[in-house]
Amino acid sequence: MSDALVELRGIAKGFGEGEARVQALSDITLSVAAGEVVGLRGPSGSGKSTLLNLVACILEPDAGLLRLAGETVWEGRWRRTDLRAFRRERIGFIFQFHNLLPFLDATDNVALAQTLNGVPLKAARQRARALLDYLQVGKRAAAMPAKLSGGEAQRVAIARALANHPRIILADEPTAALDSERAGVVMDLLRQVAREQAAAVLVVTHDEKIFSRFDRLVSLRDGRIEAESRPEKHELDVI
Amino acid sequence: MNLALRDIRHNLGRFLLTCLGLGLLLGVALAMVGIYRGVVEEALSLARALRADLWVVEAGTRGPFAEASRIPGDVREAVARLPGVLAAGAVTFQTVEARHAGGPGEAEPWTEEALRERAGEAGRQRIGAVLRLQVVGHEPDRPGGPPEILEGRGIGRGRLEMVVDRGAGLRPGAIVEMANIRYRVVGLTHRTVSTGGDPLAWITLRDAQELQFRLAPPAARRAQQGGGGALPQDTVNAVIARVSPHARAEDIAAGIRRWKHFAALTAAEQETVLTRSVVERARRQLGMFTGVLLLVSAVIVALIVYTMTMDKLREIATLKLIGAPDRSIVALIMQQALLLGGTGFAGGTALLLSVKDAFPRRVLLGPEEILGFGLVVFVICLAASLLGVRYALRIEPAQALGG
Ligand SMILES: Nc1ncnc2c1ncn2[C@@H]1O[C@H](COP(=O)(O)OP(=O)(O)OP(=O)(O)O)[C@@H](O)[C@H]1O
Ligand SMILES: [Mg+2]
Repeated sequence: MSDALVELRGIAKGFGEGEARVQALSDITLSVAAGEVVGLRGPSGSGKSTLLNLVACILEPDAGLLRLAGETVWEGRWRRTDLRAFRRERIGFIFQFHNLLPFLDATDNVALAQTLNGVPLKAARQRARALLDYLQVGKRAAAMPAKLSGGEAQRVAIARALANHPRIILADEPTAALDSERAGVVMDLLRQVAREQAAAVLVVTHDEKIFSRFDRLVSLRDGRIEAESRPEKHELDVI
Repeated sequence: MNLALRDIRHNLGRFLLTCLGLGLLLGVALAMVGIYRGVVEEALSLARALRADLWVVEAGTRGPFAEASRIPGDVREAVARLPGVLAAGAVTFQTVEARHAGGPGEAEPWTEEALRERAGEAGRQRIGAVLRLQVVGHEPDRPGGPPEILEGRGIGRGRLEMVVDRGAGLRPGAIVEMANIRYRVVGLTHRTVSTGGDPLAWITLRDAQELQFRLAPPAARRAQQGGGGALPQDTVNAVIARVSPHARAEDIAAGIRRWKHFAALTAAEQETVLTRSVVERARRQLGMFTGVLLLVSAVIVALIVYTMTMDKLREIATLKLIGAPDRSIVALIMQQALLLGGTGFAGGTALLLSVKDAFPRRVLLGPEEILGFGLVVFVICLAASLLGVRYALRIEPAQALGG
């Protein structure tokens, strides 16, 4: 696929040494095209988060090839050295455990991601508030992360991931703490971003209620891709 | 937005507590700097109080402070006649344990009249508090007298009068007893102490020679009386001279050194003797301890910054996750270290400035000392934060993942 924004070929990743060695991923070949929303499912420990972290250049693969936004990022070694700038500019990551900065309020958590990219603080805060409003946490814009509920924190984290208009969006169970209505809002937003920004979206999820909203569903088991399917009726979904 | 400040504001109580602890430590370190500078300053205070350009002392000595020096008082005339010498005066020095009445704790100064009113023995008993004084005997109207009189008046020709440093805690009118002779305090000076920190007390040379005679051991007294008649000998410890601005003290000193039995020191030489010899050990001791304290402060600042960084492991990893460059992370740590040091320094300095005058000896803290110390604290904080920075730069973004 030539227009793939995310492209993995024969990616493998293990943790630990000797007897404690865990082969988290083996021979993963997967690509996500611009505008595509791909779901990643599988039992706990099957390697979903590990796969996402590899794509986000947070973990280094052991073998294979990783191409992102048309650039070979890893092949035998890091081909791109400034991973943090790459992540800042190209990738929006919604972590499994939100990872909000505890000393910034919701607005500034979202604004910081933008100011790191050179956006003036005022404009960054404006966009942050708009995103929070859209995600229905506008009322909590001034709250510190410790005062947010799990679902609120997750939506703030989503706003942060989207703030910089990334081409690649990675989300680790973004709807786990949300009720089905809000989960629907989040999925709609991700789909909209994929369409409007021609972004590739890769979402880890356990949530069967939203399976139908993916263009493709990839199932992982024991670190290998077990199956790929295309949900039928996603255009008609109203939750 | 400034992450360092935002993080501090989020944990303000904890930050202030850390600042308080550091402030106390830096206050102690600054106190040592002040005490060190005070000792050096006090060592020179006696010599400076007398405003002598030239010291004439016993041959082969570097007296009268570093070594004992005894010369005949009439040398003064010979020195005064030297070309270039404006005035000369004979001086004696002795450390005396005096007793006094009219200390700061008493409502009224014990004047002689008041003592007389209390009929003999009863009054005498009231004179009891012990006071160490460095007594300077000088010839009125000649070099060697007290500098600026802060309160009261100078001695004039009056016998049994005394001008004393304010640090003795006496007021004009108070009575001081030495070797059973009573002196009346007529004036006070300020910041005039011996190299050991004892307050200076000026009396006339005649009074001082009499005092010296009375305080001498009985055998020596008998010998002196046998040799020189009933009166105590005219012996002094040094003759000091003021030199005309057109003459060089070095040249006059060189001339005097050719005389038999005498040695001469210029003011600069006397100051060198005082700092390099008389208070050398105290100076080195305090200097080393100051160094140790600064080192300890540096280590503690380093540890504080390091643990502060370790506490922020997750936040720093998250910053790396969202793509913050090392620059912002280094700035976060360094700014916090400097803020910590700055606040601690300000607190410690304020604390010390408010208590320094309660110290029994001089704690010298001018703008120079404080600025210098501030600079040292700044450097310490910068250096100490390097340890934290190194730790922070090694944090992997993946360390922010997981529950
Ligand atoms: N940093 C690590 N060190 C050692 N082992 C790890 C590490 N990260 C993941 N693993 C192991 O790799 C395997 C895959 O983990 P991963 O977190 O990718 O699973 P997951 O599919 O995301 O599970 P969950 O649904 O519970 O989040 C697991 O066996 C896990 O124990
Ligand atoms: Mg996971």
